[in-house]
Amino acid sequence: MPKKITIEPVTRVEGHGKVTIHMDDSNQVVQSRLHIVEFRGFERFIQGRPYWEAPVLVQRLCGICPVSHHLAAAKAMDEIVGAGTGDGLTPTGEKMRRLMHYGQIFQSHALHFFHLASPDMLFGIEADPNIRNIIGVALEHQDLAVQGVMMRKFGQEVIQATAGKKIHGTGAIPGGMNKSLTPEERDSFLLGKDPLNVDKMIEWSLGALDFFKSYHSQNRELVDNFANFPSSHLSLVRKDGAMDLYHGVLRAVDAEGKKILHDVDYQKYYEYIGEEVRSWSYMKFPFLKEYGKEKGWYRVGPLARMNTADFIPTPLAQKEHEIFRAYTNGKPNGMSMHMHWARLIEILHSAEMMKELLYDPDITGDQLVTKGNKQYEGVGLIEAPRGTLFHHYRINEDDQIDMANLIVSTTNNNTPMNLAVESVAKDYMNGHAVISEGMMNAVEVAIRAYDPCLSCATHALGKMPLEIKILDKSGNILDKKRSS
Amino acid sequence: MSRPIIATTSLAGCFGCHMSFLDIDERILDLIELVEFNKSPIDDIKTFTKDCDIGLIEGGCCNTENIHILKEFRKKCKILISFGECAIMGGLPALRNDISVKECLAEAYLDGISTVNKEEILPNDEELPMILNKVYPCHEVVKMDYHLPGCPPRADLIWDVLHALILGTDVELPYEVVKYD
Ligand code: SF4
Repeated sequence: MPKKITIEPVTRVEGHGKVTIHMDDSNQVVQSRLHIVEFRGFERFIQGRPYWEAPVLVQRLCGICPVSHHLAAAKAMDEIVGAGTGDGLTPTGEKMRRLMHYGQIFQSHALHFFHLASPDMLFGIEADPNIRNIIGVALEHQDLAVQGVMMRKFGQEVIQATAGKKIHGTGAIPGGMNKSLTPEERDSFLLGKDPLNVDKMIEWSLGALDFFKSYHSQNRELVDNFANFPSSHLSLVRKDGAMDLYHGVLRAVDAEGKKILHDVDYQKYYEYIGEEVRSWSYMKFPFLKEYGKEKGWYRVGPLARMNTADFIPTPLAQKEHEIFRAYTNGKPNGMSMHMHWARLIEILHSAEMMKELLYDPDITGDQLVTKGNKQYEGVGLIEAPRGTLFHHYRINEDDQIDMANLIVSTTNNNTPMNLAVESVAKDYMNGHAVISEGMMNAVEVAIRAYDPCLSCATHALGKMPLEIKILDKSGNILDKKRSS
Repeated sequence: MSRPIIATTSLAGCFGCHMSFLDIDERILDLIELVEFNKSPIDDIKTFTKDCDIGLIEGGCCNTENIHILKEFRKKCKILISFGECAIMGGLPALRNDISVKECLAEAYLDGISTVNKEEILPNDEELPMILNKVYPCHEVVKMDYHLPGCPPRADLIWDVLHALILGTDVELPYEVVKYD
C-alpha cells in the first residue's frame, strides 16, 4: 500500500526541517522532499534600520555561524562606507576579520564533526538512538568528546577575543574592526596551557583526519557510495585559484572539473545566480542562470571548495588536499560523506591560518578603520562553514537599509540536499515494507553531511522527530508510527 | 533522588542559545553525570519518552508548529524556562510584528533581486506549518516559570541556573546579566 514517511524534526541538525517520503504499493520511493518549515522575513523587517546595525542584526539568523553573517554584512557595509571590496581595509582590520573567521570555521566544523556527525560513525547509522549522540560519545569515547569540546572552545575563544562575544559579537564594523588583539590575548592562543594553544589544535586536527581516514578504510563502501552523485560546485577562490574562505572571486566547475563560472567579481552575483521558489519549502532553490533551473544547480561547502580550489595555501592542509584530489584522480568529488573529510582538511587549514595570523605583527596594530566616499549599495560574500554566503544591501539618503537580499549557504545546497535525501531513501527503503528507525536515520545522516544548520536557511532553526504515516490511495492515514 | 531530566527545543530562535549552552565546554561532561537528557535537538530523542523536570525553550512562536511544541513542553516539563531573549520577548524575529506576513513573504519570494518566480509561487504546501500574524513570546502562550536573559544568555549563567535548579539552591542573577546583549 502507498505510504508516506515523515522525518520530523531532523535531529542533530540545527534547523527547522522535515522530510517526507512517499512510497507506492510495491514499496518503491516515488517522491522525497526536505521541507524547510520556518520563515522569518529578515529581508523585509531589517528595512528601515540604519545600515551600521546590519552586522549585529542579521547574525541573529543563525547562532551556529553568526560570525559568517556578521562578516558578510560587514563586507557589504565596507562598500557602503567606501572602504572598497575585500582588500580595502587596513592590514590590521582585515587580519582581525580573518582571524575571527578562521576561529569560526574551526569551531563550527568541530561542532559539526564531533558533536553532530561522529555519533553515526562511532556507533553506526542504525545504532540505538539513545546512545547515538554526543552524550553517548562523551560516555564511551571520552578522549574524542573532550577533543571536540576543547577544539570548539578554542575557536570560540578566538571569536571572543576578536568579536567581543562568543555568540553574536560586535567586533566588525563598516570599514574595519573596533579592536585588535592585545599581546596578552595573542600569547594566550600561541602559548596557552595545554591543550588550549594553536599548536595543539593543529595536532588534534591531524588526529581527527587520521580518525576519519581509518573509518573510511574500514567502511569504504558506505563512505564512497552513500549519496554519491555528480554535480557542479561553486565557491569563492583567491584570484590565483587558492582556497580563501574570507574573500575572493566566484568560481564554479562542472562535474568534470571544467570551469563554468570564470572567477568573476561577485558584485553582480545576481546576473549569474537565480533562485527558484517551490511551494513545498520556505527555502529557495538557487541555480546558475546560464544553465537554467533544471541543470544549473550546484553544491557549496567544504566538498565544493576542495573541488574548486587549485590549492590550499598552508602546507599541512595542502598535503591533505593533494591526497583528497588524488582519490578521484583530480576530478571533482561528488561523494556526500566525503564532505566530512573535506571539513576536516578545512579544520586543519583554519588552525594553520590562525597560527599564521597570530604571528603576524599587524594583528596587534592600531589602524582599525578605513574611510571613503559613501555608496548606496554593497554586496558582501564569504565562505561560511557550510558554503558561500551572499549578503546584498541598498540604503537610502537617510542611511536606512531599503533593500536586503540574502542567499545563505544552506540554501545554495538545497537541491543537492534533496538529491542526497532521495538517493539514500531509495537505497535504504526501496523494497522494504517495514521502515526501521535506522533507515530513517540514514536519511538524516545524508542531511547532516551537508548541514547541521538549516537555521540560516529558514532564516530560523530547530530539530525533527521521525514519523511514518501509512496512507491509502486517497491520502487517508491508515497507520502511524513514531520513532523515539 | 534520581537524576533530573532535561529537555530542550528551539522554536523561532537561531540556535545561539543552544550554542551558548554548549559553551559551558568541559563542564558538559560534569552535567551529563548530574542529569539525563530527553527530547532535544542535540540528541536523537525526537519525541518525549518520559516526563521531564526542566524544559529549556529557545525562541518565541512564529508558526503553528511552535505553539504545538511549546504546549507539549508545558505538559511534559515541571519547570519551563524561557531561554534567551527570543523566548522572553520574541527577540529579533519580532521586528516583523508590525509588518504584515504578506509583505514579508512578497519580499522573500516575489521581489528578491535574485528570485526568479514568474509564476508567483508562494510556499503554501500542506506540509508547511502556518505562519502566525506575529511572533509571540512564550509566556503569552503558556505559563513560563523562569526567564534567562541575554541574546544568548551567557554560558556561566546557564551553568549556574541549571546547577541551582538541580541542587535546589538559590539562583543568583547578577545585575549585569539582565540585558539584551
Ligand atoms: S535569544 Fe539571541 S541567541 Fe537566543 S535564539 Fe534568540 S537570537 Fe538566537
